[in-house]
Amino acid sequence: MSPEAYLILSAIIFSIGAMGVMLRRNAIVAFMSVELMLNAGNLAFVSASNTWGNLTGQVSAFFVMVIAACEVVIGLAIIVTIFRSRRSASVDEPSLLRW
Amino acid sequence: MNLSLPQAEALVLQSASGLFSLTWILIALPLFGAFLILTFGKQLKKVGPYLAILLSGASFLFGFTLFLQMLSQPETERGFLVPVYTWISSGALNVSFGLQLDQLSMAFVLLITFVGTMIHIYSLGYMEHDENRGRFFGFLNLFVAAMLLLVLADNYLLLYVGWEGVGLASYLLIGFWQKKPSAATAAKKAFVVNRVGDFGLSLAIMTMFLAFGTFTFSAVNAGIQNAQDWVALTIGLLLLLAAAGKSAQFPLQSWLLDAMEGPTPVSALIHAATMVTAGVYLIVRSATIFNASEAARNAVIIVGAISLLAGAIIGAAKEDIKKSLAGSTMSQIGFMVVAAGLGPVGYVFAILHLITHGFFKAVLFLGAGSVMHATNDNVNMRRYGGLSKLMVFTFGTFLIGYLAIIGIPPFAGFYSKEYILEAAFSHSIWVGLITLFGAGLTAFYMTRMVIWTFLTPARWEEGVHPHESPKTMTFPMIVLAFGSAVIGFALTYNHIFEHWLEPVTGFEEPEAPISITALTTIALSVVAAGVLLAIYRYRAVDRETPQNVTFLTQAARQDLFGDLANETLLMKPGQVLTRRLVAIDEKAIDGTFTGLAKAIWATSRLLRQTSTGYVRSYAAYIVGGILLIMFLLLIARL
Repeated sequence: MSPEAYLILSAIIFSIGAMGVMLRRNAIVAFMSVELMLNAGNLAFVSASNTWGNLTGQVSAFFVMVIAACEVVIGLAIIVTIFRSRRSASVDEPSLLRW
Repeated sequence: MNLSLPQAEALVLQSASGLFSLTWILIALPLFGAFLILTFGKQLKKVGPYLAILLSGASFLFGFTLFLQMLSQPETERGFLVPVYTWISSGALNVSFGLQLDQLSMAFVLLITFVGTMIHIYSLGYMEHDENRGRFFGFLNLFVAAMLLLVLADNYLLLYVGWEGVGLASYLLIGFWQKKPSAATAAKKAFVVNRVGDFGLSLAIMTMFLAFGTFTFSAVNAGIQNAQDWVALTIGLLLLLAAAGKSAQFPLQSWLLDAMEGPTPVSALIHAATMVTAGVYLIVRSATIFNASEAARNAVIIVGAISLLAGAIIGAAKEDIKKSLAGSTMSQIGFMVVAAGLGPVGYVFAILHLITHGFFKAVLFLGAGSVMHATNDNVNMRRYGGLSKLMVFTFGTFLIGYLAIIGIPPFAGFYSKEYILEAAFSHSIWVGLITLFGAGLTAFYMTRMVIWTFLTPARWEEGVHPHESPKTMTFPMIVLAFGSAVIGFALTYNHIFEHWLEPVTGFEEPEAPISITALTTIALSVVAAGVLLAIYRYRAVDRETPQNVTFLTQAARQDLFGDLANETLLMKPGQVLTRRLVAIDEKAIDGTFTGLAKAIWATSRLLRQTSTGYVRSYAAYIVGGILLIMFLLLIARL
């Protein structure tokens, strides 16, 4: 398989994730889309590692996974807290920081 | 035509030694008195007035001692320079606080301290019932100190300090009764009109620096001989402007009549005997400058002549005794200014008339104050009358002052006026005729004043019981009346005054077209005609002001439209200008900044639309930004 195919796949997955963040109203789903974008990046890293023949890309993928995990912990904690006070997981509801 | 000082009799200024090096004490004594009284007024409530009189008198005694010492010097060695300390020393500008004691300043020192002390004593009685009289005496001392500084300064800049000082004292004293709005306004008016004259003096000083690099009298006098023509003309005209302001001459005369709002001792001291004569002093002190420019001299004569006539006409129509005397002062100073403008032929006589006027005008004002005191502070002459038997001392001294001012021999005014007439006729027939007419007018309005105040039957207000004034008031009046009687004769006997002043100002014998006896006879007949005309016209007096009078009388009642002219030419345009400037400030300048603020506000109103509060729109902005960056990177790679 040519490396370009993996990069194109990574780009498609990234776009789907970006669309998901912009278009889905549920906070958990938006979060999942963010995870999608991160994993698309992982794919790109690993494919690059294969292309260049060294392990730099794979190590970077590890870093991204660790960071994604931390981010999920904090992000889900925030979402659960907001859900507890508002009884709703919609991202459109909290719109008080406006002009 | 340039006239120069005859070199043979010119004064040689020497550095002071011995008693003369203490000349600054003359100024220090009243200044110290002013400082003490004005700073420690509450503690010195009882003693203050006496302290002021003591210090003023001490200044006179010291001045008299210096005078006696000066008499023992030979004629050309009577000028002394007394350096006190270096005031300004900055690059090209070097001004020292130094005093010049010569015959001219000595004459003034004696006049100021003597008449000043007499008026201090008079104020004891006059201001007896005023609770602020301590402050009054403090201001009087301040005035004496400032006036002495003015006449003793050895350079124009220090003279200016004294000039401003007397202006300040005048303001404080005119507006002494602060609660009276008319008094406060009059004080402001005096100060502002004087300021115009001060402007002239400061410009003159600047011109001197430009032309000579220094301000001392000796250096300017020496430099004028070699300077270009415009220098003398410019300085002369500017000094004339300054003198006109201080001496209430045309066109800066409007403040003097309003200044009568102040207590009568103030009118007597400042606005008759001393401060208003500072202008004449300035002109005579700058004799060398005026000698060098005929145009400046002619300007001086014209200003003096106009003021002479205008003052007399105004004085003849006023029913307020103090305002009538103020018009008289303006007129008499006009005499002095005309004499000073005639050149070396008239300087001595201008000063002679200044001294005699100091005495008899002070007597007249003190007498007016006495009459006011007796009639519950009424100033309207139409409500006087019948006072000759009830106020003997006042009537007697006023009568002597009256005879002196109209110029009846052997009283003081006769000698000084005769000499001025003689000098005027030797210059030109027109100046002579104007001064002669002025002398006649003087007789006219003064006779009117004496008749209405003393000799006509009583026309008093309700509750007025006239009585003679206390001794503290009559004593100075008697002393000054005695002076008015003898000083003219004493100073002109054997021409001693001419010889006294000659080394300072120069003197030329006037060559009158007609003989002295003929001139004297004509002058006395003009005076007699004025007296008789006044007796005929004013032997009966209306209690109420008549309204159907000639246009000249109506104009004179309104100060010959002086105030009206000032208002139309200066005040109204000035008000319009200030209002326009305020409008520009509010609309244009404030408007620019307000407009700027409004523009920023409108922009921010637009920009804040981006803060929607929706998370998804922020996510969209982020994605859009990333796309933009990628697009730009792509273009760059291509």
